[in-house]
Amino acid sequence: MAISKLDPKFKDEVTKVPGGQNVKRCFQCGTCNVGCPVREIEEKYNPRKIIRMTVLGMRERVLSSDFIWLCSACYTCQERCPQDVRIPEVMNALKNLAVKEGYIHSSFAKRAELIGTQGRLFPISKFDNTKRKELGLPQITPENKEVQELFRITGLNKLSNAEGEE
Amino acid sequence: MKYAFFPGCLAPVMSRQFELSARKVAKKLGLKLVDADDFACCGFPIRSVNQETALLMAARNLSVAESLGLDICTICTGCASTLAEASKELMHDDGLREKVNEKLQKIGRTYKGNVKVKHFVRVLYEDIGPEKIKSEVKKSLEGLKLASHYGCHYLKPSEVFDKFEDPEFPRTLDSLISVLGAETVDYEDKMQCCGGVILDVDDKIALMLAQRKLDHVNNIGVDALVLMCPLCGSMYDRNQRVIERRYNATYNLPVLFYPQVLGLALGLDPKELGLNLNRVKTSDLLSKLSV
Repeated sequence: MAISKLDPKFKDEVTKVPGGQNVKRCFQCGTCNVGCPVREIEEKYNPRKIIRMTVLGMRERVLSSDFIWLCSACYTCQERCPQDVRIPEVMNALKNLAVKEGYIHSSFAKRAELIGTQGRLFPISKFDNTKRKELGLPQITPENKEVQELFRITGLNKLSNAEGEE
Repeated sequence: MKYAFFPGCLAPVMSRQFELSARKVAKKLGLKLVDADDFACCGFPIRSVNQETALLMAARNLSVAESLGLDICTICTGCASTLAEASKELMHDDGLREKVNEKLQKIGRTYKGNVKVKHFVRVLYEDIGPEKIKSEVKKSLEGLKLASHYGCHYLKPSEVFDKFEDPEFPRTLDSLISVLGAETVDYEDKMQCCGGVILDVDDKIALMLAQRKLDHVNNIGVDALVLMCPLCGSMYDRNQRVIERRYNATYNLPVLFYPQVLGLALGLDPKELGLNLNRVKTSDLLSKLSV
């Protein structure tokens, strides 16, 4: 990759997103990779490398990648990182930036749509409430107007609308 | 002992036996769980998309509990870590709380920062205690060999849980199992993640992660895997047949939520604890206990 294609300001951009504050502390020891359960199965998820690419300024390559979406959020690396880089949170920061650039992974667009409209990741159907009643469990109201409103306030409803129209 | 009960999105739909058994054992042990229909998703599933919205959702839930004057007890480990983290941030960062409240006020809510959050099993361990639970055992589980699975977000990030557990060598669940008379056994990669968070992103990786744990647990020969998160439960119980077919394996490993195990020891009926709702049949385990 040509040096001219690198974005030296990318690392600073990441540090300004919540969770990305400590990205520049990484000294590439690889402790994150060693304990990573996803990395053990799928080599394309390489947290050490993702952070290196970020610090080097490979903005487009990182934000448009499919690998940033593979963190299982187990936080093993966060507990063990000697530099307190907070890798799962850096991944969140990168994914938030990717979404702003229009690179949202389809499963996350689906999640946002469900939560933005239903207030829940797994919507409550009539069937669910019937089953709950049979077991003596309280009924759950299927929608949540306040969450819908929060999505309007932060603009995340537009993201889910746009996906829904496709 | 009284808490606002936060069941989360997953358990009420996918593992009603977990919710049911938690409510039953809570009642038996004098732990009062107050329902609030206003609770919604904790925010965790959209942190990757937009952390501001995720934090607002967590704060909104905290404000629901605050208006009831109660702390939160949840049966989902993901909800526990997300809400506990938000609670900590909003308690100590006045500026952040102010910013959050500017938005919350638009939906008629405010959060003052007073709600604490605990997972159900932590409440059992800290508020009731293993000794008290031991004294309530009506039917010892002696003879059962059980493997525990903590679930990542019961332990990590450890800083949001006031370091009440050791994230590498946890003990609370094992001790809560031992006081019921059952034997707990360790196994290879005990702390391994279930993979549930990325099941909808890449099911190949997620199911392979779950398969490895099923292998490791199966290799030591136990009566059941015991856990406390609806997502882990869906990976190991609901998806066990899928994994068996995909990897040409046979496990038939019962997967129980801790309140189901506790409930059996407290003398509750298996049906009351929803054991008939578990995907992998638990009849062998029950006949071993002669219930």
